[in-house]
Amino acid sequence: MAAADMNAAGLRRDERAERWRLFGLSSPALLLVLVILVIPVGWLFYVSFIGADGNFSLENYERMVARKSYSRIFVTTFQVSILTTGLCILIGYPLAYFMSQLPVKWANLCLITVLLPFWTSLLVRTYAWLVLLQKQGLVNQWAISLGLWDEPLKFVHNMTGTLIGMVHIMLPFLILPVYGAMRAIDGDYLKAASNLGASPRRAFWTVFFPLSTPGLFAGSLMVFVLCLGFFVTPAVLGGGRVIMVSMKIVSNIELFVNWGAASALGVVLLLMTAVILWIASRFLKLEQMTGGGH
Amino acid sequence: MKRTTLTLAASLLATTALAEGQELTVASWGGSYQDAQSKALFEPYEAATGNTIKQETYGGMSDVRLQVSSGQVTLDVVASGSGSAARAGAEGLLEPLDYDVIDVSNFPDAFYSEYCVGGDVFSVVPAFNTDKYGEDGPKGWADFWDTEKFPGSRAYRGTVSGALEPAMMALGVAPEDVYAELSSEEGIERALDKIRELKPNIAVFWSSGAQHAQLMKDGEVDMTTGWNGRFDNAAADGAKVSYFYDQGLLDYDCFAIPKGAPNKDLAMQFIAEISKAEYQDDLPKYITYGPTNSDAYDTGEISEEVAATLPSSPANMDMQLPISLEWYAEWEQIAAEMYQEMLTE
Repeated sequence: MAAADMNAAGLRRDERAERWRLFGLSSPALLLVLVILVIPVGWLFYVSFIGADGNFSLENYERMVARKSYSRIFVTTFQVSILTTGLCILIGYPLAYFMSQLPVKWANLCLITVLLPFWTSLLVRTYAWLVLLQKQGLVNQWAISLGLWDEPLKFVHNMTGTLIGMVHIMLPFLILPVYGAMRAIDGDYLKAASNLGASPRRAFWTVFFPLSTPGLFAGSLMVFVLCLGFFVTPAVLGGGRVIMVSMKIVSNIELFVNWGAASALGVVLLLMTAVILWIASRFLKLEQMTGGGH
Repeated sequence: MKRTTLTLAASLLATTALAEGQELTVASWGGSYQDAQSKALFEPYEAATGNTIKQETYGGMSDVRLQVSSGQVTLDVVASGSGSAARAGAEGLLEPLDYDVIDVSNFPDAFYSEYCVGGDVFSVVPAFNTDKYGEDGPKGWADFWDTEKFPGSRAYRGTVSGALEPAMMALGVAPEDVYAELSSEEGIERALDKIRELKPNIAVFWSSGAQHAQLMKDGEVDMTTGWNGRFDNAAADGAKVSYFYDQGLLDYDCFAIPKGAPNKDLAMQFIAEISKAEYQDDLPKYITYGPTNSDAYDTGEISEEVAATLPSSPANMDMQLPISLEWYAEWEQIAAEMYQEMLTE
């Protein structure tokens, strides 16, 4: 009995020592997070409560309630982000599935074409869409000369253009994790399902799809969160009619002499994102989304 | 022997150069704009005074704010928009200018202020596609709003500056009464309602000069508001675009001195020197912006044909409305928020 106690105490001591060593190893990373994340975000919170006269004030938040444009801008931001994520899933998931069924050699070639746009500047890609889609752009010119439609269609300077541009830029962020998850699925599971009499469709939906969801969630989440803070593409392709939070942050920095007016917007966006992540974690297993834990 | 004399002469020259030649750091926006300033103003200044201008490009008054608040001011003179200079001055980021040193007796009152003296003049005008409307396009803002006489798509500014005055004039308010009418929330709302009326015909709300020039060049819109110089450049580049100065909004770019500039007195003398007519009359050779010094039109450097194309020539000045910095200082924040409401509806 006493020996067992001593043994347990020894184990606990070892465990504590181990934990300290681990902590020592990770302290540079923790310090980095503290310096580049916690302190600036804390500063952001602080500054958002400083009014134009330099004293503590709620005016930056009150303004957001008093002016209807702020809530509309947040609605637009979430609308664009949700639609972009949805479209990326609709386009990206089947593509990733197709790639996962190819022999590795061909799949790698496909991957390179998916990644290729990554090596081109975002600004260049956004302007390329403008050149392609505008009234006298290539798409309208060709379609009209082919007789597909008579009057130039309005593809840019509106929500349509914004979504086209953003889906194009976000697609790789969805395809890569989905493809990774799909590649990790053991083909024997599907064979077993077929062997037990499942139709290909049933085998896909009951076996393959659930196994691919961690990748799908990870990709969707990444796309959604990146969309929330997007600036260049909606600014160029939205034609000033699609106003997202990031754009309002910029205009508030130019308009108000203090940083608070812009910081408060950042704080609200950050909190909203955190709430969404929290809700998502209630329904989905967050650790699955980040790829860990099977 | 000969070599010794040469060396002696050279070192003598070097010491006098050191004694007389001072260095001044001037920041502007780069591109064709700074090139023009450099050729018309900075280089002749160096030649005339023996001082050296160290040119830099900068990101606007937020850079000045950073320098002043950290106490590390390196810029002696900055080129700025009149509005942002007025805001920066009110914020305490600029030195007040000494108009005993800088002679503005030949400047129209609208082209200098406490913290900033005008360097060139531009105008916000309604520009139109000459393929669509011929040479006889819209003159003034009532025409810009008239979608029956001039059917077609428009572009309009995405922020409030220079956006409410045209709407007021389209409502029939006389130019000299525009700012009085806009000096209340009701007045601003009236102007916004006028823009709401045109909004179904506004395809794009532009955010930069490069953008509105490109929109006209590509034929994406048939008409837009914008800065005259950009349209001239686009037209020189083959774009079918033209404009009239009727009811244009006169605005100016200016020179200011950051608070705590290392060579403040020299900076003041520099600004005084390049504000003279004999410097300013060269500017239109490099960019289609007008001089702020009215005397520059009388030196003979600017021909009558060129003068007719410049926003600040006497004939063109008369039919335009100078931007009121006082109004912007008092109302811009409120008006900008109200403008954003109109945009997001």
